Amino acid sequence: MRIFWSGNIAAAEGALKAGCKFFAAYPITPASDLMIYMAQHIVRMGGVFVQAEDEIAAINMVIGASWAGVKAMTATSGPGFSLMQEGIGYAVMTETPLVIVDVMRAGPATGQASKAAQGDILQARWGRHGDQAVVVYAPSTPCEAYLLTIEAFNTAEELRVPVIVAYDELVAHTWESFDVPESITVKNRVYAKPGDKPFDSDDPRKAPPMPKLGEGFNVLVTGSTHDAYGYRFTASHEIHNRLVRRLVGKVILNANKLFKYEELFYSSKPNILIVSYGSSARNAIIAAQTLQKEGVKDVGVLKLKTLWPLDEGYLRSILSFSKKVLVVEMNLGQLYYDIERLAPRECKVELVSKIGGGIPIYPEEIMDKVLGVT
Amino acid sequence: MLHPLDPYLRLETIPTVFCSGCGCGSTASIFLHAVREKGYKDLRGFVFVSGIGCSGWIPSPHFKADTIHTLHGRSIPVATGIALTRPDLKVVVFGGDGDLSSIGLSHLVHAARRNVNILTIMVNNLVYAMTGGQASPVTPEWLDRIVSFKSCIKEGTLDVCKLVADAGAAYAARWSVIHVNQLKESFKKALEMNGFRFIEVIAQCTSRISERLGLTPIQYLKKLATFMKPISEVKEIKPNIIPIGEYTSRGG
Repeated sequence: MRIFWSGNIAAAEGALKAGCKFFAAYPITPASDLMIYMAQHIVRMGGVFVQAEDEIAAINMVIGASWAGVKAMTATSGPGFSLMQEGIGYAVMTETPLVIVDVMRAGPATGQASKAAQGDILQARWGRHGDQAVVVYAPSTPCEAYLLTIEAFNTAEELRVPVIVAYDELVAHTWESFDVPESITVKNRVYAKPGDKPFDSDDPRKAPPMPKLGEGFNVLVTGSTHDAYGYRFTASHEIHNRLVRRLVGKVILNANKLFKYEELFYSSKPNILIVSYGSSARNAIIAAQTLQKEGVKDVGVLKLKTLWPLDEGYLRSILSFSKKVLVVEMNLGQLYYDIERLAPRECKVELVSKIGGGIPIYPEEIMDKVLGVT
Repeated sequence: MLHPLDPYLRLETIPTVFCSGCGCGSTASIFLHAVREKGYKDLRGFVFVSGIGCSGWIPSPHFKADTIHTLHGRSIPVATGIALTRPDLKVVVFGGDGDLSSIGLSHLVHAARRNVNILTIMVNNLVYAMTGGQASPVTPEWLDRIVSFKSCIKEGTLDVCKLVADAGAAYAARWSVIHVNQLKESFKKALEMNGFRFIEVIAQCTSRISERLGLTPIQYLKKLATFMKPISEVKEIKPNIIPIGEYTSRGG
């Protein structure tokens, strides 16, 4: 089916397609239009919408709804995303599946409310206190916003983990026509049966089945350190060590499965590799195509659709072909540090960056960097 | 069965974690008696949501029910998510004065305004007990030097019941653990009602207050009782006066 959606509407449609039945959010630019769209449609589809009193309430309402047995989501932007961090950490600790859309605008603080940025990437990964791991998807087009939001729900349910869909304002408000794939995989929750351990798993790659409230399971949910049945152990080294290593492990051990990317190479082993994501990746692709036409054959683009966890083995091998790597992102260097860490020592990793005003990193600027003009 | 409340408790968690003489035990007992007298044979169909603080431990892990022990101050939004998604469940929040009247106050006011179907029980021990005895927004002036003081300026105290009633709650009442029968009947009444119901229970903190005052828990409760007045006799809210009774009862 051919449709015409903005990134924000595509993400909302993806959520509805995935079976999202609860949406709570607080108005914030540039995510408000997603909230309004969800409000209109989720109720029509038998779901619940609440405009929360703040983003802290929104994320905690979503946590409650998820335990009550429905797929739940919130959407926000930088300042609201900051307020949600404690709740996201609670969702990690309690293994609560949920999805957070973070439409990135220029920060810090209020920054530039309507202007695109890609400055929340490391916050999405590390924003909570304590050791933890989450999954972060980064669509670069409305079509990807649709598909990756569905994927976010699938991953959230499968791993019982909060999943963040982070994209910049340019993706949010780009309207595009695209074909929605005919067959979409939607994964539904595996509920625990009486006697199951709701908070431990023998397979470190798998999440335990989740109890549903009101079914006589008598589940004990807590953000404090807990054993396999939810009893609190706030002083035990062994139980904390096992729990937190398992929570991080179930994400990291699935890195190769979760890591989505596109190799837009124009030769098999390009000497020059441009690594990017979100709207910046689209300009990187234009830059590489233009360079190809101009006779610079040895340039390729690696577009990341998953920002965390990174498949470090894959990245190490792909980066080993390159003499020069450019990381293109609308921040002062965030993904850049991981790419630099994973690239071989002799490879030169450069940051192509621009912040403020929501101005994209133009293809010409990327081409100049590739050619060494600037 | 050794005790009539056994079906409602995870017996492996008894004795409780509470300090000897703590008001949390009395509150739990009076609440469960109310549940029992309403004819509930067990807690199936109830969901208890609590925050961080001593009172957060009343349902979790002691109640044999689905319980969610949330972040500090965030029990009400979690309960809201559950109540709106699952109207079939009876959602009960247990929180303390720090949890509900300080860090989580905006959620409390908005839940009352929304009149969302939640019974909230605020165990008011007048102090942040778990963190060692700091003042809360409801700590009366005369306790300001017993617990650590509120700030460098003279601060007022908050009448949370009045605030919740004014915000639109279906039911709001304040009792203490001394008012065993009134509190139990109030719980029973609230269990029957729909909408946002708020019951504040003045409870004694032994290790952070009564010990420091050199009083036994009972002596301290008697001292607290001297500040309590039936709400019908309270013409204006004055510092240190604790109005007792129903603030509003308009729920269906």
